[in-house]
Formats: sequence, structure tokens, C-alpha cells
Amino acid sequence: MQAEPRPAARPVATDLAQPAGRARHFLRVVGAIVWKDLAAELRSRELLSAMIVFALLVILTFNFALELDRSPAARERTGAGVLWVATVFTGTLGLNRSLAMEKDRGSLDGMLLAPIDRSALYLGKALGNLLFILLVEAILLPVLAILFNLPMLRPLLLGVVGLGAVGYAAVGTLLASLAMHSRSRDVMLPILLLPVAVPVLVAAVRATSGVLAASAWDEIAPWINLLIGYDVIFIAAAFMLFEYVVEE
Amino acid sequence: MPKASRSVQLLNIVTAVLMLIALGLVFLYAPRERVMGEVQRIFYFHVPSAWLSFTAFVVTAVAGAVYLRTARPFWDQVASSSVEIGLLFTIMATVSGSIWARPAWNTWWTWDPRLTTYTIMALIYVAYLMLRQGIEDPERRARFAAVYGIVGVISVPITWFSIRWWRTIHPVVIGSGSATAEGGFDMTSKMLTTFLFANLAFTFLYATLLVNRVRLARFSERVEQLKARLLAA
Repeated sequence: MQAEPRPAARPVATDLAQPAGRARHFLRVVGAIVWKDLAAELRSRELLSAMIVFALLVILTFNFALELDRSPAARERTGAGVLWVATVFTGTLGLNRSLAMEKDRGSLDGMLLAPIDRSALYLGKALGNLLFILLVEAILLPVLAILFNLPMLRPLLLGVVGLGAVGYAAVGTLLASLAMHSRSRDVMLPILLLPVAVPVLVAAVRATSGVLAASAWDEIAPWINLLIGYDVIFIAAAFMLFEYVVEE
Repeated sequence: MPKASRSVQLLNIVTAVLMLIALGLVFLYAPRERVMGEVQRIFYFHVPSAWLSFTAFVVTAVAGAVYLRTARPFWDQVASSSVEIGLLFTIMATVSGSIWARPAWNTWWTWDPRLTTYTIMALIYVAYLMLRQGIEDPERRARFAAVYGIVGVISVPITWFSIRWWRTIHPVVIGSGSATAEGGFDMTSKMLTTFLFANLAFTFLYATLLVNRVRLARFSERVEQLKARLLAA
């Protein structure tokens, strides 16, 4: 029995000579990288669960370290700080893993050999990291809302969390790819990343506590603007610098 | 070891003379400040040190960018040398500021935004040096350091803006001061002369240190090459 000749594989729809085709191809590559990270995580389930447990541990430790059990006022004052410190620490964990895995399994070399744009590679990894941070936040925010009795689920606050996570993932992905090639890479990333990410932390904490205290928009707006500015500047910088990091 | 070129020797001597004159101006020529007294003279070293630390880190970023374009090791040597000298100036500015703050603010350290930003900046460049140490391949080390030097120099002004909106007690002598600043003063013309001259002398000091440090870096590169050749033979 002769096999029916298989219909030719989906014709390559993207004409790389056309700008629109190139853009579509770029987005497909980015999507493929994000999907690859998600699929790997869905199968192993080791990173996300570790991040969530770690984030919860940070929150609970803060409760004792800052003696937050004493008064509701103390919890109100520190809620924003606890949220962001937990996010930053947990983010470091995720960033380290996500890039270290690429290197240890040799998949980074594979991706570098593929005929894809370096910036697509960066964007894919950064989006994957962002997704993981946001998933952790999705657990963290309701937990904090219950444990600290704070209105953590306001739409504006979700926006602030999103903006902060974008900036952190943008610069974190770039620096994690630096750190993974150094000798003591697990230690290296927080040292490289934390001082550079201070503006995100400052602006995000300020904006968050503004939202939690139901401050006027005029008081919150500058911090949100600063977050947007940081995001734009660092995404642009990382886009330009990433190719020098992976070039071999 | 080849002798330093004529121009380097001249630069060394000019810097030494300028620094001596600056010292003389600070202690003998500049008048005693009325409120703070002698301790105000720290200002003539503190401000140039702080300024040159910023300059040094900008030089690092620019040299790093040039390295990424040209891949010439020279620019990496300039970048890494400038970080070391920048950290030296950072320490000088921090220590001199602390000594001044003790009588002026009645504390060695406050969590003032300007102080905090400055320390964060110092830590960025300590991290820069640690990153260099952790990478063995010289070509990759230079490339990564250049990238981090550029990221660092972008981050510093944003950090600065992010805390500018908080009130600061750090005095602003140049330009308009903040209402909450403590320990500010108006400069007389003699003070201004001393201040400008100290800045000039410190700029020469930076340039001299940089030239000599880059020279040292080239020598150690040569030593590495000679060692490699000996081992290969």
C-alpha cells in the first residue's frame, strides 16, 4: 500500500525578505523559546514549586525577623517591602535556574547554532523569566492579602507588580547570562543584579505602599513613571548588549 | 621593564606639583569657615574625589563600549583600570565625608539618599571586579565586564533620580541647596579658587593614576604572553 504523499509541510508563510514577514518570524521564535521553557517546567515542576515555597518562607521569616506579629500597623507599614523583597529574592532563584539549565544541558549552544536573531533569544528567555515571576506573584499576592490583611489585589497594584517584574526580568535575564559563565555563578547573580535593580525596588515599594495606603494618584504617579522609564531603558540596553554576551 | 615615556614622566611630576600646591591652598590660603571651622577644609578633597569617582565610572562605560566595537584589549585595560581608581576615589570621598559628618551632622553615617546611592554605586563596581575575577578566558572577561560596566553606569543615575524625590540632608554647595540640607555654606572667592584648583589637581591625579595603571596592565599582559611562550617552548 502506497502511502499517500504527505501534503507538503505548511508552506513557510514568512517571507524573510519582507519586514512584516521578518517580524512574524521573530515573534514565532520568541514564542517557541517561551513555550520550550514552559513545557520543560510543566514536565519537571521543580523550579516554580521551589520559587513559591521559597517566597512563602521569606514572608514567614519576615514575620519573625521584623516582629510583625506585634501589631497590624507594623504589617501595614512593611507590607510593600516584604512583597518586593520576597519577589526580588525569589526572582534571583528563578533567573539563576533558567539560565543555568540552558548552559548545563547544552541547549544554549543549540539555540545559538539555530538561525535565529540573538535579540529573539533574549526576549524569549526574558519573557519566560517574567512569566515565572508573575506566576509566583499570583500565589504571593493573595497569600499576603490574607496573612497581612492588606488590599493586595487592587488593579492598580497588579499593574505596579507587573511593571516591577518586567524591569527586574529584563535586567535580570541579561545579568544571569553573564553570571552563568563565571566560576561561582550561583553567588554571582545576586551580587551583580541587586545593586543594579535598586531603582526598581525603590520605585516599586513606593508605588505599592502608595496604593496600599490609598494615596492620591499624584503621589503614586511619579513612581509608576519611574518604573516605566526603568523598564524602557533597561529593555533597550539589554537588547543591544545581549548579543555581546552570547557571542562565542 | 621599559622606562616610562617622557610624557608619562612629565605627567607624574606635574601632578605631584599640582597636588602640593592644592594642599598648600587648602591649608594656608583658604579662609577658615565661620560656622564649621577647620573641618570644612575636607570639602576641598571630598567633592573632587566624589566627582572623579563618577568620572572614572563613566570612563569605564565608554571604554567598555569602545571595546565591544573594536575588541582591542587596550580598551578593556582602560575600563578595568578606571574602575579600580574610581573605587579608590569612592573610598576617599566616603571616608572624608564621614569625618566631616561626625562634627557637622553628629554622626558618621546617616541613611541619607545621597550616601545610600553612593554606596550602592560602589557595590556595583565591587561586583564588576568580582565578575572579572570569576571569568578565566580573557576575551570573555573583557566582553562581560564591558557589558556590566555599561549596565552599571545606566543604573546609577536612575538610582539617583529614584531617591532624589526623598528629602536629603546632604548639603548642595554648587547650585541650589535643598531646604532641609544641613552644613551648607556660601563660598568666598578665595574658597572658590581653592576649590577649583583642588578639582584641577585631582583630575590630574586621576589621569596620572589611569595612565600608570594601564601601563601596568599592559606589562602584566606581556608577562602572561611570555610565560605562555616559555611553557610552549
